[in-house]
Amino acid sequence: MAMAETTAVHDEPVAHLGGGEEFEEREFGFWLYLMTDAVIFALLFATYVVMSGNIASGPDAKSLFSLPHTAGETLLLLCSSITFGFATLASLAGQRGRVIQWLIVTIVLGAGFVAMEIIEFAGMISAGAGPGTSGFLSAFFTLVGTHGLHVSLGIVGIAVMTVQISMKGLTNPVRSRLYRLGLFWHFLDIVWIGIFSVVYLPGVM
Amino acid sequence: MLGKLTIDALPFYSWVAMAGAGVTVFGGLIVVALITYLGAWRYLWTEWLTSVDHKKIGIMYIVLALVMLIRGFIDAIMMRAQQAFALNSDGYLPPEHFEQIFTSHGTIMVFFMAMPFLTGLFNIVAPQQIGARDVAFPFMNSISLWLTAAGAGLVLVSLVVGKFSTAGWTGYPPYSGIEFNPGVGVDYWLWALLVSGVGSTMTGINFVVTILKKRAPGMTLMRMPMFSWTTLVVSILIAFAFPALTVVAIQLGLDRYLGFHFFTNGDGGNMMNFANLLWIWGHPEVYILILPAFGVYSEVVATFSGKRLFGYDSLVYATGCIGILSFTVWLHHFFTMGSSANVNAFFGIATMIIAVPTGVKVFDWLFTMFRGRIVFHPSMYWTIGFIVTFVIGGVSGVLLALPPADYLMHNSTFLVAHFHNMLIPGALFGYLAGMNYWFPKAFGFKLDETWGIRAFWFWIIGFYLAFMPLYVLGFMGMVRRMEHYNVAEWQPYLMVAAVGAVFVLIGIACIAMQLYVSVRDRAQAVDATGDPWNGRTLEWATSSPPAPYNFAVIPQVEDIDAFADMKRRGVVGVHPDRYEDITMPKSTGAGVMLGAGGFVLGFAMIWHIWWLAALSLVGAVAILIYRASNDDDEFTIPATEVEAIENKRQFSTLKLPTDLPQPGTDPAAEQPMPGNI
Repeated sequence: MAMAETTAVHDEPVAHLGGGEEFEEREFGFWLYLMTDAVIFALLFATYVVMSGNIASGPDAKSLFSLPHTAGETLLLLCSSITFGFATLASLAGQRGRVIQWLIVTIVLGAGFVAMEIIEFAGMISAGAGPGTSGFLSAFFTLVGTHGLHVSLGIVGIAVMTVQISMKGLTNPVRSRLYRLGLFWHFLDIVWIGIFSVVYLPGVM
Repeated sequence: MLGKLTIDALPFYSWVAMAGAGVTVFGGLIVVALITYLGAWRYLWTEWLTSVDHKKIGIMYIVLALVMLIRGFIDAIMMRAQQAFALNSDGYLPPEHFEQIFTSHGTIMVFFMAMPFLTGLFNIVAPQQIGARDVAFPFMNSISLWLTAAGAGLVLVSLVVGKFSTAGWTGYPPYSGIEFNPGVGVDYWLWALLVSGVGSTMTGINFVVTILKKRAPGMTLMRMPMFSWTTLVVSILIAFAFPALTVVAIQLGLDRYLGFHFFTNGDGGNMMNFANLLWIWGHPEVYILILPAFGVYSEVVATFSGKRLFGYDSLVYATGCIGILSFTVWLHHFFTMGSSANVNAFFGIATMIIAVPTGVKVFDWLFTMFRGRIVFHPSMYWTIGFIVTFVIGGVSGVLLALPPADYLMHNSTFLVAHFHNMLIPGALFGYLAGMNYWFPKAFGFKLDETWGIRAFWFWIIGFYLAFMPLYVLGFMGMVRRMEHYNVAEWQPYLMVAAVGAVFVLIGIACIAMQLYVSVRDRAQAVDATGDPWNGRTLEWATSSPPAPYNFAVIPQVEDIDAFADMKRRGVVGVHPDRYEDITMPKSTGAGVMLGAGGFVLGFAMIWHIWWLAALSLVGAVAILIYRASNDDDEFTIPATEVEAIENKRQFSTLKLPTDLPQPGTDPAAEQPMPGNI
């Protein structure tokens, strides 16, 4: 009975985000999870602000950060948020193929962001500015790295969702998962804007 | 291949350590042998370990808590014994071993005794109190349980393989850093906290959603029982405080594993960040431990006084205030560590303000008893013992909240006496009261009252004997955590404290005896109706033990004391015209496997067995992805089966005392106050 209903709404256009009322608890729980994650980032930001002057005998922010590189990362990540948004719109219209296309574009943009971050980190480490150099760099690598780790996990999540959508179609449980994954992805954008404004901009000023 | 793990990790260096390891291994083997002898492995796996039923998960949490209570208490009595005899001598414990014991005592009692105990009570009680069939996320509930168990397992294993941390339960760097503590001890502590901390965070999220989204129709927030209120506030505290513990543990871990400089002495490290981050979690944690006990006392005192709780609204607001204020006082844990006078003054005043809502609660409980018809059930003994003892602890806390006084008393046994004075009556007595109160709900028969009362008297006398001398010793200048000393005047007090520990030991034996006697004589103490105490809240409307779905028909709530109100309206035990199918979550082994994965990950990281750590991490992620793609996690109990279960059960026929304030009467007019009678 329940199965038949689920199949009936299969790939149909719907008016609401998420999987409908039966998934409201999961979506609220996911918001709470995001708030706990926000606490983690808040404390990492606080640690960074307190330690940003503790450069010991290592290099300072000005000599390490490159604004064009950071602008490139920002562009990739913000665009990936837009493309995820297009995927969500396609899911509302019930266009399964479109959803998958946009999610793949999102994965590519997200992977580009992670790749740029890895290049930045590798360059710093090879220049003798690794996380073990000073308190400032420990805090920097931990804050930015934690964000990068989240983005990487998000990419894995999007990949899993792509497979689920192609195998199961846009069922209600799948829509709910896609909605929650979207919250996660956009949340990481907000955190990145914080990193851009608190870490990189003051660093190069 | 095995990282740092070699044969030297086994405790052949000291007979005390070897005995500890022996008891742990022997205890484990006895449990395994007993289960095998009873042929109960399959039963245990299908009915318990893989269960996602909140009641069974709650029972497993409390079993874990009681086991860890014994382990933590053994640490305590070993310390008392050492200090009783270590005047001008080394006693029987070498310094490093003594340090491990006070570290594991604190770690176990906070993380693996108190946390599982209160989480267990949440699980058994809160969903039933709000008229729900389960928690919002039953599978996540199972993961929480098994991650907590994995953390406890790591602490237990440290007794056999390697050593535990010597840095105290708060693990302050730089001493806990790699430079001064290169062994595996601090890593055991770190991973036990990290693994169980993730579980606790999930519990917090789970119960916030459960209480905000799954209440029965008509149960507005201001009609919710006090225990559910404290569950809600504590769950919010857990969700927002535990991330701080995760952050600080990861930062210390990065310092230790990868040479970062968060808390090191040189290279731009700053250990004050550790103190701040740890206590940003640590002070809310105090209220995470205490508020559930306040909730228990509120339920117990109303039920066993036979009237409605005095000042329900003020208790709700006091709970909320304590929850908010708990985030504003963390710095009082380190007044002496270099903050300016104004900063200290701010946190000192904030600390004293917390005494106000707490005082409101004490008066509410007293006024509930006033002119009530008090039944001296063991849980009422625990409650009254708590009120008297907790007030003493609160007064010593207000004293410590004064920064100038704190400069004299910090780090002394006065502080040790103070926080035991808060946490033993303020948390543990409450959990034990809750165990006595809700045991029949969980198992269908009552606990023996004689042994329960004996346990109370030994505990409370033992508590006073053990901790009042420590207040005095603090004023005499004794600092905490001394392995030996040369001041002869201290010894008599330490002897008395050791005698107190023996009393507590007898108290614990009485609890064991109470459980044994109750199980043996269970036929005489059956709770046939599900309402053994003439209860007032919805959990007493279900059968004991409850059916898997708790409520065949979700009740309609019209008053604060919903079940008392149903009794007044005469709607208890009314069968509906027809029953409906009920959908419940399926059992799953994924929770146990994730817990096992967490344990292996922690163990591998502690011993630097990188391949195993990577393997367990990949395994855990694979289980999660598999599980997250699963749409078939529920099953249906057909209406005919529900009807058969419901027709078999008996319903409560108890009546409320009509001469005491009850639902439906005007509480303001009916609540007697001294002075207006």
